[in-house]
Amino acid sequence: MQFIKSDININIIGKRKIAFSVSIAMIVISIISLIWHGGPRQGIDFAGGTLIQVKFLAPVKISDIKAGLQSIGLGKSSVQSFGEKASNEYLIRTDSSVMLAEDFSSDVEKALAASTGGKVEIRRVEMVGAQVGQDLREKALFAMFYALLFITIYISGRFELKWMISAVMAVALIGAVYLFTLFNVSIPFLIVAALIVSLVLFWFLELKYAMGAIVALIHDVIITVGIFSILNIEFSLPIIAALLTIIGYSLNDTIIVFDRIRENLRKYHKNPLEFILNRSINETLSRTILTSATTLFVVITLFVLGGGIIHDFAFALIIGVAVGTYSSIFVASPILLTWQERQRKKRS
Amino acid sequence: MKNISWRLVLVFAVLVTAIIYILPSFRPALWPHKQINLGLDLQGGMHLVLEVDTEKAIESTIERISQEIREQLKKERIRHVSVTPVKGSRISVEVKKEESIDKLKALLDDEFRDLRELSKTEKDGTYTIVLDMPERDREQIKKLAVDQALETIRNRIDQFGVAEPDIRRQGERRILIQLPGISESERAKDLIGKTALLEFKLVDDTGSVDAAVKGDIPPGRELLYRVEEDPQTRRTIKTPFLLKKRSLLTGASLTDARVQIDSRFNEPYVSINFDKKGARIFERITADNVNKRLAIVLDNSVYSAPVIQEKIAGGQARITGRFTTEEARDLAIVLRAGALPAPVNILEERTVGPSLGADSIRKGLMSMIIGGLLVIVFMVIYYKMAGLIADIALFLNILLIAAGLSGFGATLTLPGMAAIILTIGMAVDANVIIFERIREELTLGRTPRAAVNAGYDRATLTILDANVTTLIAAVVLFQFGTGPIRGFAVALSLGVVASMFTALIVSRLIFDYVLMNKTNKMLSI
Repeated sequence: MQFIKSDININIIGKRKIAFSVSIAMIVISIISLIWHGGPRQGIDFAGGTLIQVKFLAPVKISDIKAGLQSIGLGKSSVQSFGEKASNEYLIRTDSSVMLAEDFSSDVEKALAASTGGKVEIRRVEMVGAQVGQDLREKALFAMFYALLFITIYISGRFELKWMISAVMAVALIGAVYLFTLFNVSIPFLIVAALIVSLVLFWFLELKYAMGAIVALIHDVIITVGIFSILNIEFSLPIIAALLTIIGYSLNDTIIVFDRIRENLRKYHKNPLEFILNRSINETLSRTILTSATTLFVVITLFVLGGGIIHDFAFALIIGVAVGTYSSIFVASPILLTWQERQRKKRS
Repeated sequence: MKNISWRLVLVFAVLVTAIIYILPSFRPALWPHKQINLGLDLQGGMHLVLEVDTEKAIESTIERISQEIREQLKKERIRHVSVTPVKGSRISVEVKKEESIDKLKALLDDEFRDLRELSKTEKDGTYTIVLDMPERDREQIKKLAVDQALETIRNRIDQFGVAEPDIRRQGERRILIQLPGISESERAKDLIGKTALLEFKLVDDTGSVDAAVKGDIPPGRELLYRVEEDPQTRRTIKTPFLLKKRSLLTGASLTDARVQIDSRFNEPYVSINFDKKGARIFERITADNVNKRLAIVLDNSVYSAPVIQEKIAGGQARITGRFTTEEARDLAIVLRAGALPAPVNILEERTVGPSLGADSIRKGLMSMIIGGLLVIVFMVIYYKMAGLIADIALFLNILLIAAGLSGFGATLTLPGMAAIILTIGMAVDANVIIFERIREELTLGRTPRAAVNAGYDRATLTILDANVTTLIAAVVLFQFGTGPIRGFAVALSLGVVASMFTALIVSRLIFDYVLMNKTNKMLSI
């Protein structure tokens, strides 16, 4: 059985302008949404606060829940339903770290039982102080930054044998970022600036493959974050784990194509780069689509069956895998083409 | 044949080791090895991050030293105006006469050599010396405070009785506590977070309590409250007490604290024993202050203030109050384990109820089974026999991950289960890469044997590259993550390594075996 015939030949490189426009449009929409919402919507892991997951044995009205919370001074909390309808579970979230009060859980339980007239079970309570929230936020950003840098070193080394240059560049960047953190610069801006500097360095150091891969990755992350922002989904620690997984995994597809490009560069070295790129992408199309498909099978299963806590995590992975596949085919390789045009300019 | 044998041996060795590691999780009695640890989000429990308020530790030390200076000055009969702690770690001493200065300096040189003199000023006949505690001493106090807090909390949790608690230091002054399977999280939290400073202070019956409540507190006195909840009306009643500030005896002098039941009222109380020195002091206090009230203060809250009927020798006393048996027991625990050297703040808490834990496991397993089935069926349909080989490799994969988890004593968390499920999808990737390559080689006209060999050879590098990048992401996640995220990173790493092993070595082995037996030209792929 074969979905994709072995003699397939779509002119993907030729359509790259369309692909670029689509990508840029998606990125712009994502950034607009982020600005509109004032950044990604932060869960308590990053903004601090208290989260309570409650389960009722019978269906209840949110207004009753709110009334119960009001009676113990938690009127300002947000209440939303969680998981499947039939489970009657709700998430209560409040900004303050009120759990320092004694008997907090039992107070909430009693108040809700009274106001809804039914049995209540507190399934989970999470409280994160504001300071810890900020620490986690910074850690998450650093984690993504370091992952991207290490991946850069690896790709530059494996595909262009430029181990030393990329390693030196990465170490220099890490050093610079570390220095800046000592000056209390805002971490998000620092990381974004560092990324832009990295891309510029790629250009000048001619780390072609790394640039193609990293641009595709940043593209994936921005669009995933953007979709989360548009749908107003919260960011929590597991979502960051999902983003890092996407970074590591989406690279798989890209590497499959790069590998083939490297092989074909030798085989067809007399042909123009466009031809080689197209051939490589087409030859690996079957592989790319299939590996993504099998991963999507399991992730969609997780999304549907995994339960409320894993739900958003699985959603992030679905978007990541889908966008990642798209970027491996339509974004990563065409970037290699821009190098050739630059070298042409250099010669003339 | 030779080619196959070493691989066969390797695979069998790995398989057997894996089974040995997994067995304990299913049949604990068979083999005394480690089981798979379940994370707090799967078995229920509490995760706490506390921060020790080391600044307060320094403040109380300064307060104590000020007290000592005051006493020494009194003993040496050096007339002083005041000895007051000043912000940070300073003490300001004021004396009136010139000669007092010299006596003061002599005293400081003798008894308080560690304090540095910061400044000496004179104004209108009053001489002020400001003393300071050097940086090194301050750091020492902070470090000791955290160490002691760690010990004390460990003691308390030991007595509370939790199976396999995990208490460790995190950074300079944070303490991480994980209590798996705990059902009474509120009690545990109170127990851990209580400073539990027990003090005995005399009640000042001569002063005016009402004036003090309005804000007029005479020097050397303080206003503390007893907070009680009326069981019928459920309203809190605050009773003010005017106390002499100096604490005559503290919980440090206790050797034991036990819960007893008062036979008259059938109410629980805590019976405490003092050590020899404490007993002597207690005897003297009670002898000197018959008919006065002695307040028992816990964490600046008055527990009770009974009237001293007579001199009490033997160093035994009772702490009564409207306790439930649980409250009494917790108080006894906390008195036995000792007071925290400084207050602790709860920075982060995550508590998962056991029912949610069980639900999460169930859902995770269900996803694994169904997701796994989908992939298995797809592989067989798409790649036929080769697909079957991939599925066998997949099964071995999961076995290896489980073995790895228990072998390393790693913790399985809910995201960890998601990682295993992800691995199911990703493990198949490696096989897809190889099979697509083999198909390509077959179309080019190679024999099945050659195609398989070429497929594996060419694909190995690609698989390595692809998996290493996922591994990099997993390692970074491990470094920066805590708890459930770490569980995810570990499971993902194990999954990646296992899938490389099964795809490159195990399935190749099976292919070779299959091809060896049949002298066929067709390969079912």
